[in-house]
Amino acid sequence: MTDQFTSDPTKAAQRMRAGSMVIPLMPWGIAAVLLMVLPFIFTANSAITIMNQMAITIIFALAYNMLLGQGGMLSFGHAVYAGVGGFACVHIMNMDDFFAGIPLPVLPIFGGLMGMGLATIVGSFSTRKAGTVFAMISLGVGELIAACSVIIVAFFGGEEGISGDRTYGMPFFGVEFLQQIEVYYLITAWLLISAALMYLYSRTPLGRMANAVRDNPERAEFLGFSARWVRFFSFVASGFFAGVAGALFAVNYEILTEENLNTTQSGLILLATFLGGVGFFFGPILGAIVFTLVQTVLSLQTELWGFYLGIVFVVTVMFFPGGLAGLIMMHVPAMRLGKLGRLGIPYLKTLGAGAVGCLGGAALIEMTFHLRHASAGDHSMTLYWITFDSHTMLPWIVAIAVTLIGFGVARATAPALAEAWNDANTPDGTPR
Amino acid sequence: MDLILVNLIDGLVTGLLLFMLSAGLTLIFSMMGVLNFAHASFYMLGAYFAFQISLYIGFWMGLLIAPLVVGVLGAGVERYGLRRVHQYGHVPELIFTFGLALLIEEVVQFIWGKNQMPYATPEILQFTAFSIAGNSIPAYKIFMIFISIAIFIGLLYVLTRTRVGMIIQAALTYPKTVEALGHNVPLIFMGVFGVGTALAGVAGVIAGPVLGTFPGMAFVLGSIVFVTIVIGGLGSLWGALVASLLIGWITTFSKAYNLRMEDLLTWAGFTKPEPIWDSAWRDLWSITSPQIADILPYILMVLILIFRPYGLFGKRDA
Amino acid sequence: MSAALELDGLKKSFGQTEIIRGVDLSIGKGERHAIIGPNGAGKSTLFNLITGRFPQSDGAIRLHGQDLAGKAPFQINRMGLSRSFQITNIFPKMTVFENVRCSLLWSMGYRYNFWSMVGRSRALTNGADQILEQINLTARRDLPAGVLSYAEQRALEIGITIAGGADVIMLDEPTAGMSHSETDYIVDLIRTVTTGKTLVMVEHDMGVVFGLADQISVLVYGEIIATGTPEAVRANPKVQEAYLGEALEAH
Repeated sequence: MTDQFTSDPTKAAQRMRAGSMVIPLMPWGIAAVLLMVLPFIFTANSAITIMNQMAITIIFALAYNMLLGQGGMLSFGHAVYAGVGGFACVHIMNMDDFFAGIPLPVLPIFGGLMGMGLATIVGSFSTRKAGTVFAMISLGVGELIAACSVIIVAFFGGEEGISGDRTYGMPFFGVEFLQQIEVYYLITAWLLISAALMYLYSRTPLGRMANAVRDNPERAEFLGFSARWVRFFSFVASGFFAGVAGALFAVNYEILTEENLNTTQSGLILLATFLGGVGFFFGPILGAIVFTLVQTVLSLQTELWGFYLGIVFVVTVMFFPGGLAGLIMMHVPAMRLGKLGRLGIPYLKTLGAGAVGCLGGAALIEMTFHLRHASAGDHSMTLYWITFDSHTMLPWIVAIAVTLIGFGVARATAPALAEAWNDANTPDGTPR
Repeated sequence: MDLILVNLIDGLVTGLLLFMLSAGLTLIFSMMGVLNFAHASFYMLGAYFAFQISLYIGFWMGLLIAPLVVGVLGAGVERYGLRRVHQYGHVPELIFTFGLALLIEEVVQFIWGKNQMPYATPEILQFTAFSIAGNSIPAYKIFMIFISIAIFIGLLYVLTRTRVGMIIQAALTYPKTVEALGHNVPLIFMGVFGVGTALAGVAGVIAGPVLGTFPGMAFVLGSIVFVTIVIGGLGSLWGALVASLLIGWITTFSKAYNLRMEDLLTWAGFTKPEPIWDSAWRDLWSITSPQIADILPYILMVLILIFRPYGLFGKRDA
Repeated sequence: MSAALELDGLKKSFGQTEIIRGVDLSIGKGERHAIIGPNGAGKSTLFNLITGRFPQSDGAIRLHGQDLAGKAPFQINRMGLSRSFQITNIFPKMTVFENVRCSLLWSMGYRYNFWSMVGRSRALTNGADQILEQINLTARRDLPAGVLSYAEQRALEIGITIAGGADVIMLDEPTAGMSHSETDYIVDLIRTVTTGKTLVMVEHDMGVVFGLADQISVLVYGEIIATGTPEAVRANPKVQEAYLGEALEAH
C-alpha cells in the first residue's frame, strides 16, 4: 500500500524481482484491525460520525485519484458521480417493496453502477483529450448536472433534496442499521473492499497503461493502445467508486441535496486528494483523513478555516507538489541509509520554530479579522484559550513578536537543517 | 420588434462583459497554455478595489486605478506563483490557479465580509438614455457597451498595429523562436498575464454596480466564462467573441420570452400525461425557458463538444 | 520477396506547400531499408505519414497489402508496424522494466484487461526481461527511465519499439546526437534486435546507413530520386549530384 504509482525505483520492483507474486498483505491487515478497534478507542458519537465521514471521503478521494494521479485527468466536476450514485440510493430506499428485498450492505453496488452509468455517458465525449480540455468539460458538465437539480425535481428533489430511511431494508443477519456504530462497520467494510479493488486495479494491464497514457499519450498510441479508450475506462472505473462513496453518504446521512453535486464539493475532493499527494496510492487516504479532521475540527475553532486551507493548498501546489505523501516518501532514502534519526533534532528546531511562527501569524490574522468584523463595542476575543481585548496594544505586540521570533529562528536554523538533510541522504564514507 | 431591440441591447451588454473576461483568458491561454481558473477572481477583485476607491475619490478614479492594481497583482501572480509551478506541467498550473481562486475568495471575505457591497453606478450616469416602446434603457448600459467596445478597439490596435503586438502575436505561436530572436519571453508572458487580468479587472469595475459586488460574484460568472471559451474553441479570440455574444443573447432572450416546454411538446404531437403531478415526466413538461436560461450555456457546450469537439473556431490541436 | 510496405503515389501538402510529391516505394519483407536525403527533403514527414501521425493528401500506403488510409497510430501498430521517435519518447517516470512491459501488453493479448495482475504473469515478466537482456539494460532494470543516459534511453526506445513483436520496425534517426562509440553500440544493437524483421529507417549518419542497410532510397524535395543497394546508390550520378557527393567520397 505504500508503493508508488509512478513506480519508485526501488521498492516495488525489488519485490517483483524477488519473484514474489503476493500483493503485500501487511498494510491491509493492519488497516483492517485498526478500523475494527477504532470505535472502541473513540467511543463518542461525534467521533464515529467523523470517522464515517472520513471513510466516505477516503473512498471518494481514491476514486478521484484514479483520474488525477493515475490517469492525469483533472476533474472539476467529480462530485456529480458520487452525488448521482447517492441520489439513486435514496430513491431505492424509498422504493418500499424493492428495498425490503435487498439488504442495506448491497445498496452501494447500485450507487456504484449509477455513477458508472453516468460516467459512461459523459466519458464518451469528455475523455477524447486529457489536460485542460478535459478539465473544462468536467467543470461544464458538473455545473450542468448541479444546475439540473433544481429543474429535474422528480429525481433531485429541488432545493430541499430528497431523504430516505436506511432501516427499511432487509435485515442483514439481523442487523437493521439503527445504530451509528453498525453503519460505521458497513462503511469501513466497503472502504476496505473499495480500496483493495482500486489498488488491484492499478496493478492490472489497464491500470498500468493509464499511467503510460498519463505520461506520454503519443507513445502509448504507438504501442497499440488507444489513449482515449484507456482514459475512458479509467473514467468509468472512477465513476463506479465515486458512486459507491455517494451511496455510503446516502446510507450514512439519509439525505442528499444539491450540495452533494456542486462544484464546491468537487473542489473539496480535489483539495483533499492533492493535499494528500497524487503520486502514491496512500496519498489520497492521508489527504482525506487530514482534510476531514481540518474540516470538522478546525471549522469549530475558527471562522477563517477556509482561508487557512486556501493558503495551505496554494503553498502545497507551489512548493510540495507531491503533497503529504510526497513529503513522507522523501525520507525513504534517508531511512534506508539508517540515518533518519539524524534529522530529528534539526527538524524539531526549524519546524518547531516555524510552527510557532505560523501560530503567531494566525493570531495576527484572527485579531485583524476580529478588529474588522466583530460587532461594534465587542472588544474581547479569545485565542488559544486566552481572552484579551483586541483593541489594546499588548496582544498585538505579543503576537507580532511571537511571529517574528518564530520565523526568525526557523530561518536561522534552516541552513543547519539543509546540512543535516544532505548528510542523512549521503551514504557514510562518501566524500562530499 | 421593439422588445427584440431591447433584448438585443441587454444581450449585447452581457455578451461584451463576458468577452472582456474571455478575451483575457484566451490571450493568456493561447500564449502560455495555462487556463487561468482564477480569472474571474481578478474580475471580482476589480469590483472590490473599485468600490473601495470610489468611497474615497469617486467612481471614475476607481475605473482608472482598480484595473491597474489588478493588473499588477496579476503580473505578480505570474512572476512569483505560476512561473514556479510551470515546471511541473499544465495540470498543476491549473490546480494552482484553482487554489488561487479559492484563496482570493477567502481573502475578499476576510477583508470585506460576506455581504454585498453598496457599490453603485455613478450619479452622473443615473438617467435614462432613451426608451424603446416604454422600456427605458439606462445610460449606464450604454456606457458599459461604449467602454467595452473602446477597450477592444484599443486591444485590437495594440495587437495588430504596434511592435509589441507583433511580438505578442508571434510569441503566441512560436514562443521559442521569439525567444531566440532576443525577446524576453518571460517578460512578455508576465505582461500578457497582467493585461489579461487587468481586462478582467475593468469588467469587474463596470459590472460590479449592476451585477452586485459580493464574494460569490467570481464563481457565478467564472464557470460561464470557461464554458464560453470552450464553446468558442480554446485559444481563439474570434471564437471567444462569437461565443460571448451568443451566450449573452441566448440567455437574455430565453429569460425575456417565456417559452414553455409544454407548448413545444404539444406542438410536436405529444399528449400531456394526466394527472401531470403524478407523472415521471412532470419536470420535463413544466420546464420554461427563463427557468433554464442559466444552464443553456452548459447545454450548448455539451452539444458543441459532441458535434464539434474543438469548439466553434478551435484549431484541431488546440 | 513480397512487399512488407508499399507506398503508392504518396503525397502530402501543408497548405500550399507540397512536401511529399508522389513517392512510390516498395520495401520487401526482411529488408533493411534506409531513407536518406538532405535536410528538408521530407524524410520525417514521410515517416509520420506512414506511421499515421499525419493523414496523407493523396496516394496510398499499404502494410502487407492492407491499406493504412485513415487508420489511427494505435491501429497501425496493431497491424504490425512499430516506430521509434527522433526525440527520445519513453515513459520517463516508469522504471525501465515497466517501460518494456507496457509495450508488451497489447501484443501479449492483455489489451484493456482489468481483471488480472501484471505482476503475476510470468510470461510478461520473462518477456520484458528478455528484451532488457537484448538491449543490455538488465543492470538498469529498476531505475526510472528518466535517469538513464542519453544512449541508454535511445536503446530503451528501440527496446520499446521492438517489444511489441511488430514485423515492420521504423526507426527515426536512431543515432541522432550520439558520440562515435555510442553510435557503434546502437548500430550493433539495431542489427541484432531486428534480425528477421523489416527495418525502415531515416538516418543522417552515412556510416550507419551504409553499415546497416541493404537498400537505400534517396529522398530529395519530396521525391525519391534513386533506390537500390548501397553500392548502386553510391555510384548513381544523380544522387552524387543532388546530395551526397563529398560525403560519399569521404566515406
